[in-house]
Amino acid sequence: MTAADTHRAIDAVWRIESARIIAGLTRIVRDVGVAEELAQDALVAALEQWPESGVPDNPGAWLMATAKHRAIDHFRRNTRLERKHEELGRELQAQQEMAVPNFDAALDDDIGDDLLRLVFISCHPVLSTEARVALTLRLLGGLTTEEIARAFLVPEPTVAQRIVRAKRTLSEERVPFEVPRGPELAARLSSVLEVIYLIFNEGYSATAGKDWMRPALCEEALRLGRILAELAQREPEVHGLVALMEIQASRLGARIGPSGEPVLLLDQNRALWDQLLIRRGLAALQRAEELGGARGPYALQAAIAACHARASTASETDWQRIAALYEALRQLTPSPIVELNRAVALSMAFGPAAGLELIDTLASEPSLKAYHLLPSVRGDFLFKLGRFVEAQAEFERAASLTRNARERELLLERVRACEQGPSHRGAE
Amino acid sequence: MRFLSIYKTVERGVPPSHVEIAKMGKLVEDGMKAGFLLATEGCLPSALGARVRISSGKLSVTDGPFTEAKEVVGGFAILQANSKEEAIELAKTFLQAAGDGECELRQLFEAGQNACADAAARRA
Repeated sequence: MTAADTHRAIDAVWRIESARIIAGLTRIVRDVGVAEELAQDALVAALEQWPESGVPDNPGAWLMATAKHRAIDHFRRNTRLERKHEELGRELQAQQEMAVPNFDAALDDDIGDDLLRLVFISCHPVLSTEARVALTLRLLGGLTTEEIARAFLVPEPTVAQRIVRAKRTLSEERVPFEVPRGPELAARLSSVLEVIYLIFNEGYSATAGKDWMRPALCEEALRLGRILAELAQREPEVHGLVALMEIQASRLGARIGPSGEPVLLLDQNRALWDQLLIRRGLAALQRAEELGGARGPYALQAAIAACHARASTASETDWQRIAALYEALRQLTPSPIVELNRAVALSMAFGPAAGLELIDTLASEPSLKAYHLLPSVRGDFLFKLGRFVEAQAEFERAASLTRNARERELLLERVRACEQGPSHRGAE
Repeated sequence: MRFLSIYKTVERGVPPSHVEIAKMGKLVEDGMKAGFLLATEGCLPSALGARVRISSGKLSVTDGPFTEAKEVVGGFAILQANSKEEAIELAKTFLQAAGDGECELRQLFEAGQNACADAAARRA
């Protein structure tokens, strides 16, 4: 094995093991920042020793044992005399843990709990959203500062600073390393889910991004979601979010055309949808529903995505069910975007007049004022109703609002179709 | 990226013990918990299988067991990994629990990746 091979192997081991190591260390040292430093020390030791000695058979256990030795050194350095007794007790505990073989079930369960604690502390509400995202990717995803910066299109020092500040805040505020219980759990869990979905969307909306790091965010968010789903198995919304991400990710290969242009859901080649991810998504949705979570916001969105996933052709889509799900979503989390989507579903289920009726109530909505999809969708309804003059005005307005050149082209095509009137209705 | 891991091992002709089943169950559970194991299945004895082949347009079917082969396919897994090295590390962990045999790792074609790569190539 060459030195370069060894380094690649170490990178791989780090990506697989770092979260568990940092989580285990945080329980011992009670400080995420210190724990991460100790884990990094172990990584440095691996980089020094493995090229000589070769990669050990159980590299994760090697890193953990090394990091724990560093933790003990850390305690020795910081121990004041009157606390010596307590520290020794902890050392003893740390040493005992080290003696437990890696496959021991008890320790593994602990590691699961520690990981869950690490998820909750990384997404703690005392931190800003950006800080939560950066810290989560860093501690749980094992991503470097540089990778996070590239993925979010921000300068590396900005990300570095966010992470340093976040760790300091957690330490200063003495945020406990624990899984929240009782009434606090729901709010804290929703903060975690929000962070994971934000990471996913950052990658998902980046079809135009040149950098592979951005689509990789989708995979990272999926991985975090899958881990969380196993650690917090009784929480329906976790499964709801995983279902939503799996099903959305199943379309990643179908949503970009041969020249890099976006392909809308109903125009996608469904043979390109990833059936493995769809199956996983539908199974996760079923779990959410069995746990009584069918009406959670993520489960509802997943259920809508599932309607599309289940239809083998666009014309087989169950639009009535989609419209009903949007209605439930509107009651839960009302928003103009949800209404706009509901209008589309209504038009598909009951005809363009039904959609138009709803969309006309959104005309004065300030948040949609500059949103090109509002006139674009309204234009589509009007076109289907044969009201070409009005439709043309809407498409022109939509074309002036969009910032995407390819989309503007498509809208101007529709403007021309309106000019030609009824003879081109077949073009819809 | 995604890898297919095909596990090949000597067929012993006896069902796995409770200890082995528990060990494998734990491994699968850990893989699911760590988020990298997308799918996995294990094979029943090759005596229940068959090989179907076409050569120069001529089809032939050979029923199991595949006694002439030293090692036969024992199962497969689909792994989510960030690099080939990561998939290799995952396969090592699996083999240490599964016992003698080998994992053939093959990177899988993914429509999305290639669409992205094509688009990137065109922009470049």
